[in-house]
Amino acid sequence: MNPNLLLAIPLLPLGAAIVAGLAGKLIGRAGAHWLTCLAVGASCLLSLMVLKQVWWDGVPAYDAPVYTWLVSDSMHMQVGFLVDRLTALMITVVTFVSLCVHVYTIGYMADDPGYTRFFSYISLFTFSMLMLVMSNNFMQLFFGWEAVGLVSYLLIGFWYTRPTAIVANLKAFIVNRVGDFGFVLGIAGVAFYAYSLDYRDAFAAAPHIALASVPLSGTASVNALTLICICLFVGAMGKSAQVPLHVWLPDSMEGPTPISALIHAATMVTAGIFMVARMSPLFEYSDAALSVVMVVGALTAFFMGLLGVVNNDIKRVIAYSTLSQLGYMTVALGVSAYGAAIFHLMTHAFFKALLFLAAGSVIIAMHHEQDMRRMGGLARYMPITAVTCWIGALALIGTPFFSGFYSKDAIIEAVGESHRWGSRFAYACVLLGVFVTALYTFRMLFMTFHGPERFREAPHGHDDHAVGKGDDHGHEDHGHGGDPRESPWVVTLPLIALAIPSVLIGAVTAGDVLFGSYFGHAIFVLPANDVVAKVGADFGGALEFALHGLLKAPFWFAAAGVACAWYFFLRRPELADAAAHRFRLLYRILCNKFYFDWFNEKVLAPLARGVGLGLWKAGDQGLIDGALVNGTAESVGWFGGVLRRVQSGYLYSYAFWMVIGLAVLLGWYLTHP
Amino acid sequence: MPHLLSILIWLPIAAGLGVLALGDRNIAAGRWLSLAAALATLVLTVPLWNGFDTTTAALQFVEKLPWIPRFQAYYALGIDGISLPLIVLTAFMTVPVVIAAWTVIETRPAQYYAAFLIMEGLMIGVFSASDALLFYFFWEAMLIPMFLIIGIWGGPRRVYATIKFFLYTFLGSVFMLAALIYMYVKAGDYSIASLQALPLTLVEQRWIFLAFLLAFAVKVPMFPVHTWLPDAHVEAPTGGSVILAAIMLKMGGYGFLRFSLPVTPDASRELDLLVIALSLIAVIYIGFVALVQQDMKKLIAYSSIAHMGFVTLGAFVIYEIVRATGRIQGAGMGLDGAMVQMISHGLISGALFLCVGVLYDRVHSRQIADYGGVVNTMPVFAAFMVLFALANTGLPGTSGFVGEFLVIIASFRASFWYAALAALTLILGACYTLWLVKRVVFGAVANPKVAALEDLNPRELVVLGALAAAVLLVGVWPAPLLKVMQPTIHHLLTQAIATKL
Repeated sequence: MNPNLLLAIPLLPLGAAIVAGLAGKLIGRAGAHWLTCLAVGASCLLSLMVLKQVWWDGVPAYDAPVYTWLVSDSMHMQVGFLVDRLTALMITVVTFVSLCVHVYTIGYMADDPGYTRFFSYISLFTFSMLMLVMSNNFMQLFFGWEAVGLVSYLLIGFWYTRPTAIVANLKAFIVNRVGDFGFVLGIAGVAFYAYSLDYRDAFAAAPHIALASVPLSGTASVNALTLICICLFVGAMGKSAQVPLHVWLPDSMEGPTPISALIHAATMVTAGIFMVARMSPLFEYSDAALSVVMVVGALTAFFMGLLGVVNNDIKRVIAYSTLSQLGYMTVALGVSAYGAAIFHLMTHAFFKALLFLAAGSVIIAMHHEQDMRRMGGLARYMPITAVTCWIGALALIGTPFFSGFYSKDAIIEAVGESHRWGSRFAYACVLLGVFVTALYTFRMLFMTFHGPERFREAPHGHDDHAVGKGDDHGHEDHGHGGDPRESPWVVTLPLIALAIPSVLIGAVTAGDVLFGSYFGHAIFVLPANDVVAKVGADFGGALEFALHGLLKAPFWFAAAGVACAWYFFLRRPELADAAAHRFRLLYRILCNKFYFDWFNEKVLAPLARGVGLGLWKAGDQGLIDGALVNGTAESVGWFGGVLRRVQSGYLYSYAFWMVIGLAVLLGWYLTHP
Repeated sequence: MPHLLSILIWLPIAAGLGVLALGDRNIAAGRWLSLAAALATLVLTVPLWNGFDTTTAALQFVEKLPWIPRFQAYYALGIDGISLPLIVLTAFMTVPVVIAAWTVIETRPAQYYAAFLIMEGLMIGVFSASDALLFYFFWEAMLIPMFLIIGIWGGPRRVYATIKFFLYTFLGSVFMLAALIYMYVKAGDYSIASLQALPLTLVEQRWIFLAFLLAFAVKVPMFPVHTWLPDAHVEAPTGGSVILAAIMLKMGGYGFLRFSLPVTPDASRELDLLVIALSLIAVIYIGFVALVQQDMKKLIAYSSIAHMGFVTLGAFVIYEIVRATGRIQGAGMGLDGAMVQMISHGLISGALFLCVGVLYDRVHSRQIADYGGVVNTMPVFAAFMVLFALANTGLPGTSGFVGEFLVIIASFRASFWYAALAALTLILGACYTLWLVKRVVFGAVANPKVAALEDLNPRELVVLGALAAAVLLVGVWPAPLLKVMQPTIHHLLTQAIATKL
């Protein structure tokens, strides 16, 4: 592989971002979108070329430094690229989705005053994400890791005059920082045991690290590799929004829809999944860490899906779906099915980006209304959006023959094959999760595209305590009027471009990527842990696998979910309300998102401020300044006052004290002979 | 170039006296003279950097003249890898201070410029003195201009702040002087090299270490002798805050590296947990305190204390690394991290104080509550402010990341818990810095004063642009900085680990 071409893949978007960001006024709106689209397009082409080289031509992995970042105590920290099959797949997905989103943005953000700034940000994001996935060392990984977080912060707060947006972006950054706290400790652990930050050295040292232990207190200690892996996974929990660090992702929907598709569905949030898969040579040696990964993923997959069922904001429903699907990927990592996790990452990137962009198309037609209770029957007015959205939905719920089927079914079966601690619980979660997925997905589909046309009704206040926050989204009120229209071609073209892989990519690549030897050495699985091999043992082609899938439990769970959604939300909507009333407690818990936000806002944040205030008032101002510093000054003053009284200058006073002193001295001499 | 260090010290001082002589009436000329002198000093650091031999730990650019023959005190200068970056930082940070004052300082401008130029020379003197008495001379002399800057151009409580500042720092310094004199009596001269080579018993080392600790801890400042800093910053004019945060605090860190570790290695090893504990308290306790500040300058001042905690942690964690692993490997990373953190903090805190200055010049308030939605009226300024804020949170790609990363990695070698406690800064730093940004920069326009704000003028743009470039350069490519320091850090490490007993 040509190193200069590899370098061009991330640097083209970076260059475009810098020019669009600094000289946005100079090149104008059209200049900005042409420049960034062309740059990302070129990156996409180059990525495809790389993919072809590593896949068809069998070019070996590229692993070399670009430049030395620093040398400290003979540890070389370098910026460098590792381009193997895992990387090639990731950069292709990232640049392809990014290109679609760039084109889509031309339509979606057409009226926005921050047009060029937006293009600059999304190109910068593409650069950061590429640096993350192309890295061959932990330092650069962390750079990309935090850089995507930075752009996410900037983009969630893109409409910076909205109070909700600037709370959401602060929250996203801080929650991600909690994850990064763990991540940096994991990196420090690797640096300690491998004395290098290069993946190559760290992976080579993994079996040795697995034998070391880290003392935690006088007697307690923990396996070093388990500690490192769990610390790294805490970072993944932040970035990939796993319970309990998931709280930022639903709120990130405050950002414009294109970035919800690109950053908060297809790419950035999957960085944690990618990272764990990349670190498979470390995680494989720690069953304990993998069990943690699995259980956290299972909790996320099931419980976050439930929240999608009660939400009324179209984007937030898809956001909860993203959380749930990230949970599926995490479960897959936990059972050592890294390849299946990455495969689901890929299919999910396409169909979830599609769903978000379709939702965005609906939001444009609805004049920036996001509450599904004010939609309905839109299929008649926006056929392309509706059809592509249906495709995305079918893929998401794992309908056989669609891409999502191959990835999700493989994960569920792999969990079923696993004997790792916690795998029974995880299996129950992922299986029930299929029902929930189908339920919320088709609820969303029916409420938006089918049933009565509720958008003609005058906007009403929320008389029930709904979760949707659609009503404070009025950044661009065009006023209502006229029938909803299909979106322009710059919006529908990316929908179509994403719909094609959403249908086909699974069937086309399952044989190689999922069950074949696509990943080669890029992913390491100990033979004893290789559940995917068991699942794929009787794999006889994509078609047969899908036909077989029609007979398996997940399909029937999904079908039941669709049927329920149809009955409760399309056929007899009053039943859904009755159910909400009947199961009030459960409904309340779900509407309050399991009280995570309540805990953070009402307990954690006031506690931190209270601690700060207490330390400041009691420690700095009370003890140190009050008692010690100013106290010292005052006691010096007091002492000075005493001295001043002594040196009064009156002769009789001196004489008096001399007589007293003489008397004391004489008395002492007389009593102590 | 012969006598380069002397030129770097005395050129700004001479220019400062020249500005004084020109007086307030010729302030236009005085301004240009100040700028020319500051720029010339900065340009002169280029041959210093280029001529510096990065393969040796020995002192370079050495000058030696008799100063007080009676006490064997010499006017002796010379720099190594830990002085050089700090000298460049000093020369670099004085330029923005001069430019930032251009139209802002209206009372006694000549004296203002003169004070900063003289201070620049004296601070470079501190970093280049290789004679302890000369070091002490510069160390104390430098206080006088800063005292005047806060006292004359400061805010309403400036008298309280100046006296607190002066007493704190002076009190610490007196103990250092006592320690220096004690060692002079034993060694026979004041050369820092002979103090470092002087054999000392453990009891002597303990007392000397504590005397140094008092002097340097006040300067850094470390918990619990930090409370002078927020007061001094709040009252100081913008330039004063910039120099105070960017350079003066580094004197403490420099002192630990120059004196404490090599002169009293055994006492440092014995009392390292004290320093580490105080450093971690600085990171966490001060992080929480910074969270609740209402005054932007106070918030940044507290943030400075928390960040400087990494300097002292990195410097003293080396003993725990050797204790925990039985090896010296990786300990140098702590010292490297401490040094990089000093440079980076100089750039970032200076830039943040300049940002506050930009706002203060327009609104005349430092209260966070008086702002909100600044980005609407000052988009360019907002971009800089957000960049420096993110650098302050240690974002990779900015200089703020490098030092903290190295220190955290080094601390892990000593103990998982040191690393974990230090890494809390990732969370706390993000909380207090970005909450500040949210309240000041983002949001809708909060009041008529914010609505009337004008974006950066070209002068401010140049200043913040230069600092942004430096912050990014050090973040993206710190290798040259590390390379300059490398032999000196290695030498220092062997001195610090060796025993004098």
